[in-house]
Amino acid sequence: MINTIKNFIEDAGWPRILIALFLVFLFVAAPFVDVRLDASVSDTLIRFGMNGVMVLAMVPMIQSGCGLNFGLPLGIIAGLLGAVTSVQLEMHGLFGVFGAMAMATPLAIIFGWGYGLLLNRVKGDEMMIATYVGFSSVAIMCVMWLILPYDSPKMVWGYAGEGLRTTISVEEFWQNAIGDIASFRFGEFFYFPTGVFVFFFLCCGAIALFMRTKTGTAMATVGSNPEFAKANGVNINRMRTLSVIISTVLGAYGIIIYQQSFGFIQLYMGPFYMAFPAVAAVLIGGASVKKASIMNVIVGTILFQGILTMTPSVINSIIQTDMSEVIRIIVSNGMILYALTRVVRGRE
Amino acid sequence: MKTTKSEHLKFFFIRNAVPLLFFTISALAIPLSGFSLAYLFEELLIRLSRNAFLVLSLLIPILAGMGLNFGMVLGAMAGQIGFIFVANWNIVGTQGLLLAAIISTPIAILLGWMCGIVLNKARGREMVTAFILAFFMNGVYQLVVLYLFGSVVPISNTDLVLSRGYGIRNVTNLEGMRNSLDNLIPLTLGGVGIPLATFILIGLLCLFIVWFRKTKLGQDMRATGEDLAVARSAGIRVLPTRILAIIISTVLAAYGQIIFLQTVGTMNTYNSHEQVGVFAIAAILVGGATVSKASITNVFVGIILFHLMFIVSPTAGKVLFGDAQVGEYFRVFISYGVIALALVLHAWRRQSDKDRARARFRNTSSAT
Amino acid sequence: MENQPILRVEHVGKTYYKNRVLKDVSFTLNKGSILGLVGENGAGKSTLMNILFGMSVIAETGGYEGKIFVDGAEVLFLRPKDALSAGIGMVHQEFSLIPGFTVTENILLNRESLHHNITEEVFGERLATLDREDMKKRASLAIQKLNVDLDGETLISELPVGYKQFTEIAREISSSRTRILVLDEPTAVLTESEAEILLKSMRNLADAGIAIIFISHRLDEVLSICDKIVVLRDGEVVLDTKVGETSVRGMANAMVGRQTKRIEQTKAVKDENAKVLLEVNNLWVDMPGETVRDVSLRVMQGEIYGISGLAGQGKLGIANGIMGLMLAGGSVIFDGKPLQLNAPSESLAAGITAVSEDRRGVGLLLEESIEWNIIFSALQNQSGFLKPILGGLLHIRDEKRIEACAKQYVKDLEIRCTSEKQKVQELSGGNQQKVCLAKAFETNPKLLFVAEPTRGIDVGAKALVLDALRKYNRENGMTIIMISSELEELRSICDRIAITDRGSIAGVLPASAPSEDFGLLMMGKVDQVEVSA
Repeated sequence: MINTIKNFIEDAGWPRILIALFLVFLFVAAPFVDVRLDASVSDTLIRFGMNGVMVLAMVPMIQSGCGLNFGLPLGIIAGLLGAVTSVQLEMHGLFGVFGAMAMATPLAIIFGWGYGLLLNRVKGDEMMIATYVGFSSVAIMCVMWLILPYDSPKMVWGYAGEGLRTTISVEEFWQNAIGDIASFRFGEFFYFPTGVFVFFFLCCGAIALFMRTKTGTAMATVGSNPEFAKANGVNINRMRTLSVIISTVLGAYGIIIYQQSFGFIQLYMGPFYMAFPAVAAVLIGGASVKKASIMNVIVGTILFQGILTMTPSVINSIIQTDMSEVIRIIVSNGMILYALTRVVRGRE
Repeated sequence: MKTTKSEHLKFFFIRNAVPLLFFTISALAIPLSGFSLAYLFEELLIRLSRNAFLVLSLLIPILAGMGLNFGMVLGAMAGQIGFIFVANWNIVGTQGLLLAAIISTPIAILLGWMCGIVLNKARGREMVTAFILAFFMNGVYQLVVLYLFGSVVPISNTDLVLSRGYGIRNVTNLEGMRNSLDNLIPLTLGGVGIPLATFILIGLLCLFIVWFRKTKLGQDMRATGEDLAVARSAGIRVLPTRILAIIISTVLAAYGQIIFLQTVGTMNTYNSHEQVGVFAIAAILVGGATVSKASITNVFVGIILFHLMFIVSPTAGKVLFGDAQVGEYFRVFISYGVIALALVLHAWRRQSDKDRARARFRNTSSAT
Repeated sequence: MENQPILRVEHVGKTYYKNRVLKDVSFTLNKGSILGLVGENGAGKSTLMNILFGMSVIAETGGYEGKIFVDGAEVLFLRPKDALSAGIGMVHQEFSLIPGFTVTENILLNRESLHHNITEEVFGERLATLDREDMKKRASLAIQKLNVDLDGETLISELPVGYKQFTEIAREISSSRTRILVLDEPTAVLTESEAEILLKSMRNLADAGIAIIFISHRLDEVLSICDKIVVLRDGEVVLDTKVGETSVRGMANAMVGRQTKRIEQTKAVKDENAKVLLEVNNLWVDMPGETVRDVSLRVMQGEIYGISGLAGQGKLGIANGIMGLMLAGGSVIFDGKPLQLNAPSESLAAGITAVSEDRRGVGLLLEESIEWNIIFSALQNQSGFLKPILGGLLHIRDEKRIEACAKQYVKDLEIRCTSEKQKVQELSGGNQQKVCLAKAFETNPKLLFVAEPTRGIDVGAKALVLDALRKYNRENGMTIIMISSELEELRSICDRIAITDRGSIAGVLPASAPSEDFGLLMMGKVDQVEVSA
């Protein structure tokens, strides 16, 4: 009995168990400090839907051995360009959201392709380089947002008539365009964005299906044993590049879904740190630097977003202080740190 | 083994691609910005005195093969905690600085020791681990300074504490210590104040590093950095040696942050340390250092070139694009871009070196 | 006192997990003399050296039997440090040098000369500065003893291979304690002129009073330099003699041994009209540790062709080169068509499959199920096991067929497992090897490379693996090239056997040739064997 518990803790890793227990504690404590459970659950689900696709974007690259995708901002930038263009063209409703995705797709493919080629030349150092490629691409886009010729009065600075604003509202264009499909309310506080969930699970389904094709099978093998893959005729670099492209496209879709739920497009330094919560979520769900599944995405996103939703309300009520930011930083980075120290690379 | 002159030149350009690129950018941007050389000289002098100590603290982990120490942020945190205590006790001037340094030393040693242990568990990906560790410790720092200071740790000076009764304010005033080191030995040359004492300290640190490289410990670190397995089989205790390298770097970074903040005069309690790592690392890379090789020259060349670009780019951006913000964002891009570029070049070079070594081995062995 | 041997080994034995690798080994070594230690791979040389050098693997697996005396006093080495302080120095086959350090720094690694000064008193020895002048002196003294032309200020990365070897030896002799020096195959990586210099400097060292154990496969080198020779076979000393009392043939004989077992010829040597399936000309392969320099061979359709040779002589490189896994050059003609090298998928598409010698590293996906492993190659290269969905828009894995296929192999090859879904890492070595074979068989190759198929697996599994190979050869006409260091195993299954030496084929013999001839080929004594190519 004690052994099975020990094994379970070892398999799951103590940080994950602590995080899960913490979330359970938050839900149990919520009623005692007058935090409404239905509202909390609803918030958690909404945020799950918002972030799920971006977390899913981690999976292909982990599978192919490229490590944690700290370069997610690249996909996000493609998504932002799609979204901004769709607003510029005054596209509304579902047409607007899917239009944004359609325009983001070719950009994401091009970015992902270049990014993949780069990562193939720096094998072993992907994560650090990905981080800084992400950072510098966000920074260069800051310059671009200022000088790209967008001129919709809904988006540019009023006083100058040029240069995009830091946040752009999509309320009158396509906020909740997907989310409101077959959505329902349950009492005053419970809202369920059915459409977002359908979209997320469609994405998951597509990835799951892809993983069962010949190419998908090969991709997973490249990550777990590149020597084996090579010996069986798999082109390692091609698989890696493909996985980076898929990740980048998912990142673009992910940010558009995020914006349609959130109601705003955040430009400039907005996407700067967006990779980190997604990375942390997939790790909390049970993924490692080398292995990730769709189940990890679902579990991890629920746990992580649950904590983010619940801590401000519950902990604030308990100790009368807002510690949520600190808890978020410690939980997410602690989880990444734990995963990074689990395996020592190479032989000694 | 003879190389022709043109090959030699090509080699020089490849090895020094990053500094040359920066030199070119600055050379183009200086006339655009319209700043006078005297002004630039004075600005650079200040920035050298501010940053040199911090950037120098990166050298020893590079020597030990642990790459760019993104964990130096931990040292900066230690320095800031020292300052909070000194400000609390209202101690001013150089005594204040000295006391801050004394308080920060054990904290930096502890943090460095912890960082070293974590990095030993992540051999081969030290940089990304240290980078995340810095974020993680930032959370812990906030927890301590924002919640425990004033509640668990007694802070009597109400000017420091948030109105709610605990936690340190966003801005900690260091007016009493401002420039106290810089002006310790007053010296003015042609109307420009020279922070002589600060430069003396920087000079002493350079001497320390030169001496340290010649010691047995320095040699052991070099060996560990070059090849961990060989060093270990020769009987060097490699893991403790690596931890020592990180501890030294963290302590130096704490002192560096103290020197940095005394020239600024105020401290953003929750932000001052965040950017320290990025700017120091970008500077040393601009100076031509790589992940595995860095010298004191790299440090000074790097600070000069990097900050020159920093000073001139907003005005140059305004002249070029009619918008100072373009220049602002451009220099943010440069700071991150240069790190990305240097990391890519390093990984790239390492791979092609390996291929070249194999090819050379093939040639020599097939000749027999 | 002068005549007392510096090293005396008495009745030393060793078992690894009930597997006896050394038995009752005794010999002596005198001051200033050179002992040649000779034996096939697996004869027990490395185990003996591990014991002598106090490698931790010995203590961890239950220690050893017998006694070892240095200078007449019994010693027990638990750590390499103990052996070092008793004066035993060892130069390994893999270099342990720091490439970015100079020769001097490497020779004195972690034994640097220090300036003794005040900081040392306060902070301990590690903060004393290095005395570079003294280091230079000590290093050049060691180099002088070797009598080679080596500049102490050169970086290791800029030295040719041979000089790296000299640096290693200089490191051992620079330690004033070193009285016994063990050289493990030092000439394997050297050019002939470098080897000559090394042999000369070994003599110099011996004359200076250092006792040397020289491990080598080059029998003429052993004969030319050693004072006495010890031959090991299957963990026992089979020959212990002064150098004048034996010959190359005598040593080869002792090493390989006279086989009393009659070789069962499994089939008639292929008929003369069979066509050439694989023709290799001037193949070179850059495989670290198993470099192939210039190999030419012809394999007939339907043949089982064996390749053997000592470790490091290139036998493994041949398969890895032809499969495109290691950088290779030269010409390979397969089934009448030239084969593109350095492209694994081309080799696989042409109908060549390999079972890797690195079973756990290259051969298997350890964390995946048996069925995945078995069907992977067929799935990737022949698009087998796929079924269309969404009206043929997409093809996904056909799990039913995969399961059926895996079940069949589990039954046919007697793979012991809980089910075909079990993870491969949980299987024993023998069963893992069967999975590797199943994966190769499923691609239905025209030519199958099998490298070290029986290494590290138990006797029952061995027989099964060999039977399976035989069966596929006979019934499906699969041509097999089997690469193994187990000569007797090859002789029991192959038609012809090629022996590699220094990256080339030393000769090809019918499996029925006397084992002594194979031994001579392995030792590079081609001129003493009648080769029928």
